[in-house]
Amino acid sequence: MSLIRHAVAAEDAARVPGAVVLTDVVKRYGRGPGAVTALDGVSLNVAPGSFTCLVGASGCGKSTLLSLVAGLDELSAGSIDNVERPVAMMFQESALFPWLTVSGNVELALRVKGVGRAERRQRAAELLDTVRLNGFAHKRPHELSGGMRQRVALARALAQDASVLLMDEPFGALDAMTRDILHDELERIWRERELTVLFVTHNVREAVRLGDRVVLLSSRPGRVLNVYDVGLDRPRRIDSAPVAGLAAEITDALREEVSRHAG
Amino acid sequence: MPVETVSSKEEDTSRERLSGLDELERTPVTETRWGRFGSRLWASTWPKVLALVLVIGVWQFLVLIEWKPVWVLPAPLTVWEDLAAYASTPDYWQAILITMQRALTGFALSVLVGSVLGIAVARFRPLRAAIGSAITGLQTMPSIIWFPLAILLFKISESAIMFVVVLGAVPAIANGIISGIDYVPPAYKRVGAVLGMKGLTLYRHVILPATLPSFVSGLKQGWAFAWRSLMAGELLVIIAGQGSIGALMQGAREFNDASRVIGWIVTVLVIGILVDAAFRAADNRIRSSWGLNQDR
Repeated sequence: MSLIRHAVAAEDAARVPGAVVLTDVVKRYGRGPGAVTALDGVSLNVAPGSFTCLVGASGCGKSTLLSLVAGLDELSAGSIDNVERPVAMMFQESALFPWLTVSGNVELALRVKGVGRAERRQRAAELLDTVRLNGFAHKRPHELSGGMRQRVALARALAQDASVLLMDEPFGALDAMTRDILHDELERIWRERELTVLFVTHNVREAVRLGDRVVLLSSRPGRVLNVYDVGLDRPRRIDSAPVAGLAAEITDALREEVSRHAG
Repeated sequence: MPVETVSSKEEDTSRERLSGLDELERTPVTETRWGRFGSRLWASTWPKVLALVLVIGVWQFLVLIEWKPVWVLPAPLTVWEDLAAYASTPDYWQAILITMQRALTGFALSVLVGSVLGIAVARFRPLRAAIGSAITGLQTMPSIIWFPLAILLFKISESAIMFVVVLGAVPAIANGIISGIDYVPPAYKRVGAVLGMKGLTLYRHVILPATLPSFVSGLKQGWAFAWRSLMAGELLVIIAGQGSIGALMQGAREFNDASRVIGWIVTVLVIGILVDAAFRAADNRIRSSWGLNQDR
């Protein structure tokens, strides 16, 4: 069991850009007897440049965990140490702004950071090239397919130039073929840019396909049940036997956890 | 160098695969052909032509059966001839100018007041409870009810008319903004927060742009209220020396000039239709560039 809980090491790890150290994170909603504990003592040491997938059944607080790391929500107890704020984040819905062009959406992330107009234009073009969407800069979001929109959202997230990228089921609404291709793309971009990725998904195979580690969370309250080191060589394929094998093992553990909640 | 060959080949594969996927996933854009444009134009025109024919038919019928004496209810052709002659006099256009000036001033004032009020109410919770319901209450009031008070407050003056016009239009415009802000998708606000936007920046780049469609429909409604209030005002508050549409219409009634009265009614109808078409065009433009009307 490679559950990390070295408080001293954590202090040092958090000094490195891209590292995220969670120590006994607790998140409760509401007060008194009606309070719901979403996360209960989650500790996790995310190394810079690593790809960590969080899986769990409904109610495990995996999205809550990302919101806390992003600083969108307040902790009830514990601590999260990461050097940078804001971190980049993308969601299941692309949430591109319909009043801006594709390029305008990417540029907005730069604009908020105070980047000048000419440089914005140029960096947006580079980022759109990174996600292979050159030629679509002047389209409106609604003119693109779901997969393309997620790539724009990824480009917008990359525009934040943060070393930590949080992804909340980013490919959840896409069809299998698109998702498969986007896995390759994400892997490429993660490697090229040496990003630290925290990736939430309910798709265990996707987690094994992408992650260096897969963190399995329990439900209600969310706790770290197990951390799997995915020692498979890259590039991986989602339908390869080793990926399927480890995914089956994790799915079994997940099923056990779900049954535990049987009324 | 074999390493580089591999990586550039990999790069090509990635580009090729994605562009293939993009090609397949995007819905092919159907070209708007002239034939289609023509049939669409016809489809939107014929109900209006039919309506016109029906109204004029009934009118002509009432004239033929002599439901009322001709000097009270003149025939459509008489009114048309009178209107055509009148439209070549400066009086006619001067009246339209005065009225439109009032309408635009009143509307601009209402947009200003309505926008500030709407943002303030949407933004500050205590204001919300108090003023929010006042705005809704105000919207149920027929604007003509304000005129006696307006005349007492401002006498027979331009201000009396403006007071009622603004009072009529502001709630609709404010409500457009308030509901626009209320229905900004939470996902947009989350993205704004992730990008590091707060307070005014978030308003400027996310919340206000997102309210645009709702704001435009508020404007459209606000204009309708302003226009109605103005017409009521011009008929009630007749300012000496100001030959507005309402004033000239009242004058025509005093001279039993039914033809002229109907001529003005037609004029007001046409102005209303034109302004409505302008708002509709703006609305359609926003909708199509935002992808809100995907019913092609």
